[in-house]
Amino acid sequence: MNQADIDRDIRKFLVDNFLFGRADKLRDDQSLLGTVIDSTGALELVTFLQEHFAIEVGDEDMVPENLDSVKSVVAYVAKKLAAKTSA
Amino acid sequence: MCGIAGILKFGGGKAERDQLCRMIATLRHRGPDANGIHICGAAGLAHARLSIIDLECGAQPMSTMDGRLSITFNGEIFNYIELREELVRKGHQFATRSDTEVILNAYREYGEDCVNHFNGQWSFGLWDNSEQLLFLSRDRAGVRPLFYTQAADRFLFASEIKALLACPEVTREFDPRGMDQLFTFWAPIPPRTVFKNISQLPPGHSLTVKDGRVTVKQFWAVPFVRESDARNGDEREAATELLRLLEDATRVRLRSDVPVGAYLSGGLDSSLTTALVRKIAGSRLRSFSITFADAEFDESSYQQEASAFLGTQHSNISCTRADIARVFPEVIRHTEQPVLRTAPVPMFLLSQLVHDSGFKVVLTGEGADEVLGGYDIFKEAKIRRFWARNLDSKWRPLLLKRMYPYLQDLQRQSAGNLKHFFRVDAEDAASPFFSHLPRWELTGRLKMLFSSDFRAAIGEYDAIGELSENLPAEFSSWPHFSQGQYLEATYFLPGYLLSSQGDRMAMAHSVEGRYPFLDYRVVEFAAKLPASLKMKVLDEKYLLKRASEGLVPDSIVRRVKQPYRAPDGRCFFEAGAPEYVKEALSPSEIEKNGIFDSSAVSALVNKYKAGKASSVKDDMALVGVLSTQLLAAQFTEQ
Repeated sequence: MNQADIDRDIRKFLVDNFLFGRADKLRDDQSLLGTVIDSTGALELVTFLQEHFAIEVGDEDMVPENLDSVKSVVAYVAKKLAAKTSA
Repeated sequence: MCGIAGILKFGGGKAERDQLCRMIATLRHRGPDANGIHICGAAGLAHARLSIIDLECGAQPMSTMDGRLSITFNGEIFNYIELREELVRKGHQFATRSDTEVILNAYREYGEDCVNHFNGQWSFGLWDNSEQLLFLSRDRAGVRPLFYTQAADRFLFASEIKALLACPEVTREFDPRGMDQLFTFWAPIPPRTVFKNISQLPPGHSLTVKDGRVTVKQFWAVPFVRESDARNGDEREAATELLRLLEDATRVRLRSDVPVGAYLSGGLDSSLTTALVRKIAGSRLRSFSITFADAEFDESSYQQEASAFLGTQHSNISCTRADIARVFPEVIRHTEQPVLRTAPVPMFLLSQLVHDSGFKVVLTGEGADEVLGGYDIFKEAKIRRFWARNLDSKWRPLLLKRMYPYLQDLQRQSAGNLKHFFRVDAEDAASPFFSHLPRWELTGRLKMLFSSDFRAAIGEYDAIGELSENLPAEFSSWPHFSQGQYLEATYFLPGYLLSSQGDRMAMAHSVEGRYPFLDYRVVEFAAKLPASLKMKVLDEKYLLKRASEGLVPDSIVRRVKQPYRAPDGRCFFEAGAPEYVKEALSPSEIEKNGIFDSSAVSALVNKYKAGKASSVKDDMALVGVLSTQLLAAQFTEQ
C-alpha cells in the first residue's frame, strides 16, 4: 500500500466518522485532537488503524506526534507498514 | 404560576380583545384554573391562572382600586407578607391577600425600583395608565420566562413564544445568529432567541415602553468580588450562616395555599432541601423522582435511601428509551428552542407524575451547583489551570483521569493527547472563557451540519467574540472560579437549565418549581465566599457539605457526584421507534427547512442505523438536528 492509498483511506475514515461526511472540513495540517476527534474518537481511530492496516498500535504510540494531523497519522502508518515489511 | 400576555398599541386605538384571547389560549397549560383579560385603552393584558396563593381573590389581571395600575403576573413574590406589612405601614390599602396586589402597591410606592424589594421568581407586565407606561420585569435568576416583540403598530409580550406567534403580524423565521449561539452555548444569549425579531428579557432586567420607545435596564447582577474582598473568617461560622439562609429561603418558599411537594433526585442538593422542609414544616413531605431503565443513568437506590432517611412519601416514574422517543415532539413544543440532549424529557414525565398526584408546587435543589460550586466543569477547569502552570508535569494530567474514572477511553490517553482534549496550554489559560472553552468548542463542531446557505446567513459572526465584548468590566478582577460560575449562572442556567429543563417542563403540566438555592440572599452570600470554600482542593460544594452534616445521610453527602443525564440519540433508532423520526430526518424535510446539510445529516443517521454512533458529539448532533426539525415543523410553518 503506497502513501497515497494510506492518505485516502485515513481521510475517508476521518470524514465519515467525525466530520459528518464534510471533506471540506479536513485540512492537511490541522490539529485533529480536541478539534476533530475527542478521546473516544482517538481510540476509534487507533482501532481503525489496527484493523484496516493490520498494524499494532501500542499505548506508547498514542501521542500527538503520531495522531494529531492527517500528515502525522499517514507518516506513522507508513512507518509501521515499512517496519512490518522489512521484518 | 401562570401564563401572561399583553399588547400595547402605538398608533392609537384600543388593544383588541380577540388578539389577547388568541395569545392567552396558547398558554392554557401554564394556567388551567382561570383566565382573564383587561383592556385599558391602548394597553391590553391577559392572564391564564394556576391558583396557588389567595385562591378566592387572586384573579388576574388585577387593577388598583383607582384604576391607575393594572398587572398580569407570573410567579411568586415570596416575601409578600413582610412587604405587605411594610406597605400598610406606609398607608397603602389592600383588598386581597395576594402577592399580586403587593406588586401593584410596591410599584406605587417605589416605582420601577420596586423589583429590588422583591424576593421571588417573577415575570410581569404592569400598565401605568396615568403615565401611559408599560413596565415589564423578570426575576434575578431568570426562573420565569418573558418574551417580547414589536410588530406592525404594537409591542407584544408573553410568557412563551407561541403566544406571540399567535399574532399573524409576527414573522416565523429562525434567526441564524440565535441558532449559532445555541449551537455554541446550548442556549441563545438574551435578548436574542432562536427566532428572528423575537427577544427575551434577560434575567435581572426590567423594560419600559413609553411613547413608543423601549428601554431595557439591568437591576441586579451576581455580586462577585475580588479574592481579596472575599469573606474572611471561620469556616464553621460560614456553614452556619449558609444553613440559616437556606432555611429561610426554604421557609418563604413553603408559602402556598396548596400543598407543596419536592423533587428528590438522590443527590445532596434536593436531599438538603427536603430535609429543611421537614425541619420547618414538621409534616411528612411528598417527594417525587425519576428512575431509568438504563442502569448507567439510574439513581433510584440513592433516592430510596434519602426518602427513607427523610421520611417522605415517595413516588417515582420510570423513563425508558421508548418514552423519550414518544414524547420528544411534545417536549420541543414546550422548550421552544432546539436542545442538544434529551435530558428535558424525563423532567417532562416527572412533572406529569406530580400533576397526576394532585400537586401544583415542588421545591427542588436546582441552582446549588452553580451557586456553591458543584459542577465538574469547575473542577475540570481548576485541574486544567493547575496543569497549564507546569505543562511538563507527569502527574498533573493524572488528576484529569482520576476525575473521570468511568470514562475508559480517557484512561488510555497519553498526557500529550489529554493536553489537546482539555485545551491545556498557556494561551487558553489566559482566555476569560478558559473554563468553558472545551464545552463550547465541542458544541460548536455541530455547526458543521449547517447547510451552506445557513452558514452564509451566519456569515463572519463570532458568538464567543460577542460574549467577550459584553463581559462586565470587573470580570477580569474576579477569581478564576467566580469567572466560571458567572458564565454558568448567566448563560447556561437561565438559558437552558431553568427554561428547557426547568420552567418549560414543569409548566407543561401546570407545575411550579421553587428553588431555595436561587434565593438572591443565598446567591449574594455565596458570591462573596472565597473559592476555597466552594471547592476545597477538589472537593466540590465543600461548604454546603459541611452545612448539610447531620441533616442528610452521610452516604449522600460523600457520594461521587453523578451528572444528571438521560439516554440520547439511540432512543430514536430502537425497534418500534416512532414514524416521525424518519420523516423529520429525511433528506426532503432537511432540505425543506434549509438549516442543515442533507448529506451530512444522512451520514449521521446512517451511523446510528449501523450502530456505530458512540460519541457525545454524535448524540448532541442527532438530538440537535431532530429537535430543530421538530421546532421548524411546529413553529415556523403556518
